[in-house]
Amino acid sequence: MRFIFKTDYRQDIRLAKHPGHVFWYGALVLALLAAPWLLAEYWLAQLTFVLIYAIAGLGLMLLAGFTGLFSLGHAAFLGVGAYAQAVLTNAGWPFPIALACAAGISAAMGLVVGLPALRVKGIYLGMATLSFGFIIEEVFARWESVTGGNAGMHIKAPAMFGWTVSSGEGFYFLCLAITVAATLGMLNLLRAPTGRAFVAIRDSEISAQSMGIHLARYKTLSFALSAGLAGIAGALYAHKLQFISPDQFNILQSIDLLLMIVIGGLGSVHGVFLGALFLITMPQAISLVKDHLPAAIGQAPGLQAAVYGLVLIAFVLFEPMGLYGRWLKVRTWLQLFPFYRKGMFKRQKSFQKSDRLK
Amino acid sequence: MSDILLSARNLSVRFGGVLAVNNVSFDVRKGEVFTLIGPNGAGKTTVFNLISRIYTPTTGEIDYRGQKLTDQPPHAIAGLGIARTFQNIELFEHATVLHNLLIGRHTHRRTGFLRDLFFTAATREAELQARLKAEEVIDLLHLQHYRDTLVAGLPYGVRKVVELARALCTEPQLLLLDEPSSGLNVEETDDMAFWIQDIQQELGITVLMVEHDMSLVSKVSDRVLAMNQGEVLAMGTPREVQTDPAVIEAYLGTVDDVSSLRRSA
Repeated sequence: MRFIFKTDYRQDIRLAKHPGHVFWYGALVLALLAAPWLLAEYWLAQLTFVLIYAIAGLGLMLLAGFTGLFSLGHAAFLGVGAYAQAVLTNAGWPFPIALACAAGISAAMGLVVGLPALRVKGIYLGMATLSFGFIIEEVFARWESVTGGNAGMHIKAPAMFGWTVSSGEGFYFLCLAITVAATLGMLNLLRAPTGRAFVAIRDSEISAQSMGIHLARYKTLSFALSAGLAGIAGALYAHKLQFISPDQFNILQSIDLLLMIVIGGLGSVHGVFLGALFLITMPQAISLVKDHLPAAIGQAPGLQAAVYGLVLIAFVLFEPMGLYGRWLKVRTWLQLFPFYRKGMFKRQKSFQKSDRLK
Repeated sequence: MSDILLSARNLSVRFGGVLAVNNVSFDVRKGEVFTLIGPNGAGKTTVFNLISRIYTPTTGEIDYRGQKLTDQPPHAIAGLGIARTFQNIELFEHATVLHNLLIGRHTHRRTGFLRDLFFTAATREAELQARLKAEEVIDLLHLQHYRDTLVAGLPYGVRKVVELARALCTEPQLLLLDEPSSGLNVEETDDMAFWIQDIQQELGITVLMVEHDMSLVSKVSDRVLAMNQGEVLAMGTPREVQTDPAVIEAYLGTVDDVSSLRRSA
């Protein structure tokens, strides 16, 4: 058990709260930097996908986990970023500029979709974003002159200023750098007034407003940021696959993204990464196991979806705080051994909040 | 008059067929504790919600330091120096007490989105200043013990105090307290009375409150406005209002009511 002796308010502002953080996150960064030499090509590609999904997850976590606005159409933003990147890269734009434009276009779309969020909440917002997702998917399929329609389109390797990223290792480092930057930006926002305003809106709009928080501004900002991050992830996704088609950005992709942050743990940045790891390793685990299962189960067409669904239900029932919540419990158990009590993470719910003002 | 901080003129608000507030006028003087009392459904909280712009009055206007509040959007009210608490506690549940207080500093933020994104030196400095102010309030209200506790795990009495603390963090000139003692035990109510007096006398903050506990009301209030069914019944010092026949009638009924009961029994 670690006791932190606080002597300065700066200690509470720092990202690394104690030497343990510095050590473990330092080790993680070193391991990630060494990954291309440690992992086989296939696993490095999977790790790259984890990073890409983590970027999109950061965006969705900001929106759903920290601002309390759920989007069921986030794959559309992923798609907008991917197609924008593909069109611009194929037109010969350098990678950083194309990426910035893809993120910008996606953020602008987010701004537009965020507008109904000012009026509708909860399940109605879910429906609005869901239908937005369908519309965008349809646009990808029909706007053939730009997107190539259902036949999909190829995208060239990212190139900037005379350097073409053609190897898997190079692209991995590119993704790693962007992921680290996005994570740091997110952590910065969350410890600053902007992030606190998001959290305030999530927990109580009415009192956020009476604390002087401009609800419309922060909700649209959250939507735009979230869509922008999804756009960046989409652009990297397009480069990684080198081929995109409308069906990659359908409702299932949106649900995967949502599943990822719910299983990872809503309201935590760690949860994004744990969720992304889960989302990428789960299909691998299923394919490893399924040959050992009876053919009726192992070869059934909807196996993966069924497993995902079961896992989601299990998490919602037994561990609503997701993988990160589970990890917190395990860590506390280890720290307090043998004094951990079962009810330590139970939240008391002694009264209901007022419904009168909603 | 210059010593009037807030004045409500002929306020009425109608929800469908219900006239929740009917032609209510009152002035709150700078530095006083002004209390609204009245039976349930009298329209006290509705008056609060009119001042904090959650509702818009059907007719009438509210003047605050020479500005018409009815022209302001709801989120601008805190910036004008009006902070409030809620009857049923509206805290940010999944954040720590300190975090809640820092959200109270929102109107004093000096950094924008981009500075926050890169957490520049300006943001760092502003954060430290906000923390200093929050710590002042923590000291005043004895919340040191709960600083890093999640609100969701706090007992009701402490949440009430945290909400008061959050309102104080905005550095208001006018503090709206919606039933500060509801749900508190005798001891906590005494503390609350003590703090309200402190807030008025030490910090010079004008307090407008809705309250049912008459001992608290008479202990801290300078003036009291009694309402019933959306209308003003009486206004004056706590003693004057408590002895006002119309107020007694609204709370207890008339002698006739009682005698009619007797006869039927």
